[in-house]
Amino acid sequence: MATGYTIEDLERWNDRILPLVERFGLDPFPQEFEVCDHEDMLSYMVYSGMPSHYPHWSYGKNFEKLKTLYEYGVSGLPYEMVINSNPSIAYLMRDNSLALQVLTIAHVYGHNDFFKNNFTFRSTRAQYTAETFKSHANRVRHYVEDPSIGLEKVEAVLDAAHALSLQCRRNFAIKKLTADEELKMKMAESEPPIDPFSSIHRRRETAAPDLNKVPLYPDEDLLIFIRDHNRQLSEWEKDLLTIVHEEARYFVPQIETKIMNEGWASFWHKRILETLELPQELHLEFIVRHTQVLRPSPGSLNPYHVGMKIWEDIEKRWDHPSATDLEEFGPRKKNSQEKMFEVREVERDASFLRRYLTEELIRELNLFEYKSRGNDQVVSRVADKENWREIKETLIQNVGTATIPVIKVEDSDYANSRTLLLKHHHDGRDLQLEYAEKTLRYVSQLWGRDVAMDTVLDGRNTQLVFSDGKFALKKAA
Amino acid sequence: MASTIFRPYNSSSAQRSDRSAGDRLRHRQKVREAIRNNIADIIAEESIIGKDKNRIIKVPIRGVKEYRFIYGDNAPGIGQGGDGEPKPGDVLGQGKDGKGGQQAGDRPGIDYYETDVSLDELIDLMFEDLELPDIERKRLRQIEIERQFRQKGFRRKGIRVRLDKKRTARSRVKRKKASIKHHPGVPPPARFPFHEDDLRYHHTITDTRNESNAVVLCIMDTSGSMDTMKKYLARSFFFLLYQFLCTRYQNVEIVFIAHHTEAHEVTEEEFFHKGESGGTFISSGYNKALEIIEARYHPALWNVYVFHCSDGDNFESDNEAALKAAKELTQTANLFGYGEIKPLGSGYYGSSMITFFSQIQEANFQTVQIQKKEDIWNSFKTFLSKDRAREDAA
Repeated sequence: MATGYTIEDLERWNDRILPLVERFGLDPFPQEFEVCDHEDMLSYMVYSGMPSHYPHWSYGKNFEKLKTLYEYGVSGLPYEMVINSNPSIAYLMRDNSLALQVLTIAHVYGHNDFFKNNFTFRSTRAQYTAETFKSHANRVRHYVEDPSIGLEKVEAVLDAAHALSLQCRRNFAIKKLTADEELKMKMAESEPPIDPFSSIHRRRETAAPDLNKVPLYPDEDLLIFIRDHNRQLSEWEKDLLTIVHEEARYFVPQIETKIMNEGWASFWHKRILETLELPQELHLEFIVRHTQVLRPSPGSLNPYHVGMKIWEDIEKRWDHPSATDLEEFGPRKKNSQEKMFEVREVERDASFLRRYLTEELIRELNLFEYKSRGNDQVVSRVADKENWREIKETLIQNVGTATIPVIKVEDSDYANSRTLLLKHHHDGRDLQLEYAEKTLRYVSQLWGRDVAMDTVLDGRNTQLVFSDGKFALKKAA
Repeated sequence: MASTIFRPYNSSSAQRSDRSAGDRLRHRQKVREAIRNNIADIIAEESIIGKDKNRIIKVPIRGVKEYRFIYGDNAPGIGQGGDGEPKPGDVLGQGKDGKGGQQAGDRPGIDYYETDVSLDELIDLMFEDLELPDIERKRLRQIEIERQFRQKGFRRKGIRVRLDKKRTARSRVKRKKASIKHHPGVPPPARFPFHEDDLRYHHTITDTRNESNAVVLCIMDTSGSMDTMKKYLARSFFFLLYQFLCTRYQNVEIVFIAHHTEAHEVTEEEFFHKGESGGTFISSGYNKALEIIEARYHPALWNVYVFHCSDGDNFESDNEAALKAAKELTQTANLFGYGEIKPLGSGYYGSSMITFFSQIQEANFQTVQIQKKEDIWNSFKTFLSKDRAREDAA
């Protein structure tokens, strides 16, 4: 092989890495590595690493974009790609040097361990991943080939469904109630609270809940709500919505844990490679590569860097708690390893940052907040005494699914006209209007009737209405 | 822990497939579709009119964005400072540290991009959906020409210059092998000379193709009332017509006739830039066109397209003569169009030749009105639809 190493070399290094993985307490799925070239890697990136995936033009678009960027040298390709499945599958780039492959193998075990143990991934059913995606691909291809359906119709549904796919439940730790449970809860809510002094108090007025309203509680799974409540959809359309929803659900945990996951893998590849006693030439290259991946990228945010810094900080603070930490939390009950493995299991990016990104760390990472002013991005806050909390809040709003606006179905029969009423839960950030308009068009396409959405624009309550094929904006007085 | 598996790189192309090929193709179709849908806007861009064919045009693509609910401009982001301390009010310059993206996290960027197409490609696209006028029906107007000689196959007889030495040598070798095999045991002769049967000659055929010719006669009113704007609109229209015919016919000629009270054949430069003054006799332009067709472009050999742009300001006394000449033109030309250019707000609504020309019932006559840039493409389509209609009737 022209690459300066053989598969046997990789296996030999892997045999040295695996005992360390075990010794450090990592607990990954069985691992499979596949060596591929850059064309394959581009394809895997586009199709999220899946060996089989349903076709859609957007993947072609993405491929062209990545390929152009790669060929013009604007951006490189990832060293590896690993998918959350059991056994876990990772792709190694053939053209990478041996040092880089060793680093990558160690890094992959970090991700693999994270996929297996972090709570957000529990719902992804890793043992069926490849099969699920394959089955989706087969079903979509089947619909495309069906003469009574065809590419155009399938594409129209997929276009619309893709637009809404991430409008789904974010935190899978919160149980989704069944219709019966919702009904019981609604009834229970309308009961007056038990009053020990009912004999002397006046009886409270209770309003009967409107149990005919659909949904009883605002529903965040837009695609599923439409699938279940639009009776005009045919079976294949419902199936497409299900497929898109399931894929989104599979990817939400990865969106939710980007910083933690990358940080975790980087932390462990560093630890493993430092323990490996690499020969000098490999070690030097490892240091260079490691620094390249982990260096802060001024102006934006490098999740590898931020993530690893926080993990290192946790280790430091639990091994050698500072005086203030001791004063605040008392003596540590766990050692740093126990603590870190607990954190990797029970947190996601938002909670991880909220709990473990300290004031000192924000300052060390040199974080700042920016806002757009005209065409420029202007620094609005820096991490000083007064502002570090705000910076942290903004950061939390910019990670995971917090980057996706929260939009819920409020009513499926708004104004008694079968209009679907959505509500955007405004948190200070306005929607991009052009995108909102086009996406509402997709909602209305799937719903088959008019659609309205309550939101806030420039501080005013606004209703975006898509009715009779026309878009309108109604501002509250 | 189960053992780790390494799968080596498989370079045999039989097992590898270009899995994204289908999706890429579909995406490109979408891009083309988007360009086609925006063609009216693109055509209205002044800069492409009259530019050379290899020019690259940037076309904004709107149709292939993937819409989602996303946050707008008032959502703050988080960045990491470099070596220096960031201060409130600092502007994050574009392309800082070689990175264009100042977007934090996974927030989708504004997905607005432009694609490059050459003018040639754009023209192809433009005309793709205007089904081409069926050239075959005009058999009479095609001339058969001998194009070139082409090699096709081999013969055993021929002239010396077309001898194919390689094949000749090969057939000798074949004959030799056959002869050895046919006489086993007999030692092969020391010399095995060429035989006449070994000779192979190229066979040449002449390609005859039908050549179709078209001529565009651009007639424009250059009287005092035609200002720059009107001329620009006329020019855009002629440009489209010329480009369109270029895609349909092998040989397209273009003739410019400028007229006021009398008509002259002029160069392109003069046609668009030379201002004249005085009144208008439309008939003079038509008669000149008839004259030129008579002299140089016999309708038996040429597909004649005549288009006249004017602001409709004709001398009353000339109307009858103009009508007569126009009728004559409809007899000769494949398609004869009259475009009346009245920019919005120009105030000339008094006289219009369109109403007057409505007396002409010929199917291949078409009048269009152009008020603004955006009308050009639609007018053009209307104009050509007549051509199609006529052929369908034929």
